[in-house]
Amino acid sequence: MESISMWLESTGEWISNGIYSTFIVDGRWVWFLNGIKNTLLISLFSVLLGMILGLVTALFRLSNSKVLKAIGGTYVDVIRGTPTMVQLLIIYYVIFAPIPIPKMLVGIIAFGINSGAYIAEIVRGGILSVNKGQTEAGRSLGLTNAQTMTFIIIPQAVKNILPALANEFIVLIKETAVIGMVDNLDLVGAAKKVQSRTYDYFWPLISIAIIYYVVIKFLSVLLNRFEAKLRKSDVR
Amino acid sequence: MIKVNNLHKHFGKLEVLRGIDEHIKPGEKVVVIGPSGSGKSTFLRCLNLLETPTNGEIYIDGECITQKGSNVNKIREKMGMVFQQFNLFPHLTILDNITLAPIKVKKMAKPDAEKLAMELLERVGLVDKANAYPAQLSGGQQQRIAIARALAMSPEIMLFDEPTSALDPEMVGEVLEVMKDLAEAGMTMVVVTHEMGFAREVASRVLFMDQGVVVEQGTPDEVFNNPKNERTQLFLSKVL
Repeated sequence: MESISMWLESTGEWISNGIYSTFIVDGRWVWFLNGIKNTLLISLFSVLLGMILGLVTALFRLSNSKVLKAIGGTYVDVIRGTPTMVQLLIIYYVIFAPIPIPKMLVGIIAFGINSGAYIAEIVRGGILSVNKGQTEAGRSLGLTNAQTMTFIIIPQAVKNILPALANEFIVLIKETAVIGMVDNLDLVGAAKKVQSRTYDYFWPLISIAIIYYVVIKFLSVLLNRFEAKLRKSDVR
Repeated sequence: MIKVNNLHKHFGKLEVLRGIDEHIKPGEKVVVIGPSGSGKSTFLRCLNLLETPTNGEIYIDGECITQKGSNVNKIREKMGMVFQQFNLFPHLTILDNITLAPIKVKKMAKPDAEKLAMELLERVGLVDKANAYPAQLSGGQQQRIAIARALAMSPEIMLFDEPTSALDPEMVGEVLEVMKDLAEAGMTMVVVTHEMGFAREVASRVLFMDQGVVVEQGTPDEVFNNPKNERTQLFLSKVL
């Protein structure tokens, strides 16, 4: 009996010490707060940049021009065929090495280019999923190819791909963790900063794992509700 | 108005159209009949270049549309098309479905386009559906809207590609009614259909197509009551 209570006491002490040294000392919780803020910002702006790149690339790949098709195809092929981490290192240490630029922006550019290739495929699938008759109806009314895309095909495609785009944002929140390899600005960076002071891996890493999990769970639940709502509006 | 010379269309090895010569005059109502796979729809779709002919020429108002560099969009403005599957834009209201092309292509002011749309809705008897979405309408209503949408571009020619084939039987009548009104108003029409009653009543000329060629043509009376070609006789004996 006595040994159990002693064990409980020492465990409680171990946990409270861990939390204290990880979050409270020197106001380290602010590092985590900044870290999650940066992680979310990088993911959000990356997915926005990725959407622009993805839409352009998808249109390239669906165009009649062989040159544009080749450009779009190569971009998607290269990005999907190389590790994200290698892309990040090249953009960080090679391309932007001589140019002074906020590190956050480098991360956004790197992950924007990366997710652009994946979003291009999502958008392409979305556009192809719109019935061919819609294009024919648009063209038969005298609309140009571009007008048909803009006013008829893309608005319908967007509705089909919105859930996939939101999912891409959630994926990026996890993917951007490799930014911790080059800089300390995201959530992983906060853990590294703490670890370099306490020489303890356990608490900082377990902490950010929990934070990542909670944030992603929360967003996934939101996304599921949003999807259900979209499906409902389809019935109309 | 429409002149077709030696029109050919191949899909890979498959020859769908094998030399069609046709002259459609203003105000004519040409009904194209024939067994499935005979090339009727392909012929119609070639007229506004939804299919690119493999060979041959098409002239619209004396202008050759099959040569390179012809302005396809300008030509399509002159021709309205109604599809078997209606192809209304599901993300737009009925009103927006009708006004989209006049606003974007003809640069019509929005109030003018809406006024025009309401007039057309009146004509097809669906004024109360202006703010509905296509999915809320029955098939027959959707097809009437599709006709109104095509008319909004004030076309000189209307092309109908089996407009009633996807409809429940009880809705066929309302669509044919709208088409009859249109015919009486003097519109030049080319109609691909299986509605022999409509062909009899409305057509100024009936074309019977089989295996990619026009086998026989004439007034409805000639084709339906006195078919000369064996294949026409065989087809009519099956459908009438």
